Amino acid sequence: MYYLKLIFKNVFRAKLRTALTVIGLVVAIVAFGLLQTVVDAWFAGANSASSARLVTRNAISLVFLMPTYYRERIRSIEGVKIVSYSQWFGGIYKEPSNFFPQFAVDHNNYFDLYPEYLIKPDELLAFKRDRQGAVVGRKLADQFGWKVGDVIPIRGTILSGDWQFTIRAIFDGRDETTLTRQFYLQWDYINESVKKRFPKRGDQIGVFNILINDPSRAADISKAIDAEFRNSLAETLTETEKAFQLGFVAQSEAIVVAIRVVSFVVIFIIMAVVANTMAMTARERIAEYATLKVLGFSPGYVAALIFGEAMVLAFLGAGIGILLTFPVASGFANSSAGAAFASFAVSASTVWLQVACAVAVGVIAALVPGWRSARIKIVDGLRHVG
Amino acid sequence: MSDTLVEIKNLAKSYTRGDQDVPVLRDITLNIERGDFISLMGPSGSGKSTLLNLIAGIDKPTGGILRIDGEDISKLSEGELADWRASNIGFIFQFYNLMPVLTAYENVELPLLLTNLSRSERRERIEMTLNMVGLSDRMDHYPNELSGGQQQRVAIARAIVTDPTILVCDEPTGDLDKQSASDVLNMLKELNSTLGKTIIMVTHDAHAAEAARRIVVLEKGELLGEGV
Repeated sequence: MYYLKLIFKNVFRAKLRTALTVIGLVVAIVAFGLLQTVVDAWFAGANSASSARLVTRNAISLVFLMPTYYRERIRSIEGVKIVSYSQWFGGIYKEPSNFFPQFAVDHNNYFDLYPEYLIKPDELLAFKRDRQGAVVGRKLADQFGWKVGDVIPIRGTILSGDWQFTIRAIFDGRDETTLTRQFYLQWDYINESVKKRFPKRGDQIGVFNILINDPSRAADISKAIDAEFRNSLAETLTETEKAFQLGFVAQSEAIVVAIRVVSFVVIFIIMAVVANTMAMTARERIAEYATLKVLGFSPGYVAALIFGEAMVLAFLGAGIGILLTFPVASGFANSSAGAAFASFAVSASTVWLQVACAVAVGVIAALVPGWRSARIKIVDGLRHVG
Repeated sequence: MSDTLVEIKNLAKSYTRGDQDVPVLRDITLNIERGDFISLMGPSGSGKSTLLNLIAGIDKPTGGILRIDGEDISKLSEGELADWRASNIGFIFQFYNLMPVLTAYENVELPLLLTNLSRSERRERIEMTLNMVGLSDRMDHYPNELSGGQQQRVAIARAIVTDPTILVCDEPTGDLDKQSASDVLNMLKELNSTLGKTIIMVTHDAHAAEAARRIVVLEKGELLGEGV
C-alpha cells in the first residue's frame, strides 16, 4: 500500500510533465490502435470468409472471364452443393470518392450461399422479381441514407453508361464481422446490355461462387473442378474463399507492411519520450533515493519505485488511449476515408496489442533509470542536487 | 568499566580518481562510548563527513578496523549493511532529506515500514515521537508547509522512531536560523541525556559543537586531537 502511495504521489509531482507525457502516450496508443484497425480492415474480407465456400476464376487472371455454362459442369462434381456466380461491376455513385464494391450476381441463388447476410424473405423476393433491383448492406445504406425503394444512379466504368437500380432489399450482418458495405444487382440485367453492345462478351462471368457439402474436402473438390476444365479455352483456378480474398490483400501487401511498421515506430517514439521522462525524474530524485537507501530500503525497492512510476504513466496513457480508440475509430469509419473499408471495428486483439505496448513502454522506459538509481552509491546520491 | 560502542583503529579511506589514489582519512583511531555525544569538527575537506559516513555504514573503509557494538561492519555485504543501518542507525541531515510528497507522519513512518510492527503499533510510535519533537499538531503537513526548524524536527523524529543505537547527524543546524538551531541542539542533548542515545555529530560551528560532551577535531584526514 505504502509503495503504491509513494508511486502515485510521485507520478503527479510534476503535473505538467506528467500531463504532457500522458497526452503523448494517449496520442501514440490511439494512433497505434487506428493503424492496427486499418490492417485488420484490410483482412476483414478474408477473415469473414467461410471454409465451406470455394471461388473458381479464370486461371490466367480475374480480368479474363469464363462461360456461364461451366456452372452445370461444376454442379455435377461430387461434393458441390450450390453453384452461383458473380461479376465485378465497378461503377461510380455521384463521386469516385463514394467508392463501394458492386457485384452483378445470379439473383436466383447467390444469397443461398451467404446465410450471414440476413435478408427479409419478402424483400429478397422483390429483388428477384425486379431486373433493375439491388440488394445493399446495412452499413452502405446507412452511409448514404438509402432505404428500400430508393433509385440509385450508378455511372458505369467497365460497362459505360448511366445505370439506375432500385433498392429492393437491405441486409444486416449476422455479427460484427459480416461485411455489409456491398451493393448487389442482377447479372441477367447487365448481361442483357452486354450482349447488345458487345455480343462476344455476353454470357460470360467473372467468378463462380460454390458451396460444398464438406469443408474438409475443399482441396479435393477444387482439384476436381480445375481438372474438369483443363485444356479448355478458359482453364480455371479454384480456391477457398479465404485464399481468394487473401490473394487480393497480397496485391497491396507492401502498404499493409508499411502501416504495420509505422504503427510500431509510433510506439518506439513514445517509448523514447517516456524513457526520457523517467530518466529526468530519476535524476532529480537521486538524493531521495539515496535517503531511502540510507534508511535501509534495498536498491531493488528504489528500482521498483521507478518501475512502478513508469508503469503507472504507461497504463494511464494507454488506458485513456484505448478508451479513446473506439470513438475515434468509429468517427473514422463514418468519414469518407473510412468508408473505403467494408468493416472498420477495433478488434480485441488490437486492444491486447495496445496493452502489450503499454507494458513494453513502461518496462523499457524504467530499465536504465531504475538500474542507475539502484546502483548509485549512497554518498554520491546524498551529494546530488536535483 | 568502559562500554565502547564504536571502535575505530587505524582507519583509512581513499578514493580513486583516474589512476590516482586520493587519501581522505589516514590512520584514524578513536573509541566512542555508549551514551556519548561527540562532535566531529574540522575545516572543509578534513574528512569529518567521510568518517561519519563510515561509522554510519553508508560507505566502506579501505583500511583499518571499524567495529560497532563489537561487529566489524566493514565486512558486511550491501544488503546486510542496509539491514544493519535500519536497526542501528538514525540519520539527521543538514538539508533534512524528507520526502516532499509525504506528510510529516508518513515521513516518520518510512523507517518503520522495514520493521514487523503492525499499522496500529506504527501509529502509536509515530504519534509519540512527533509529540516528543513538538510536532503533534503538524502530522498531516507536507515538508513545504513547515519551517526549516520544523522540518529538521521531523527528520529527528524519523531518526529516532526506530529507537536506534546511534544517532548520526551531518551538520544538523547548518541550514537553520539561530533559534531553530538552538532548539535542535537542545533536542539532541535531551535525547542523549534522557534516552541515552549515542550521538555523533559533524559540525563546523563551534557553538553547535559545544552541545556535545566531546569534540574531536580532524584536519587533512587525520585526527588532530580531542577535547571535552
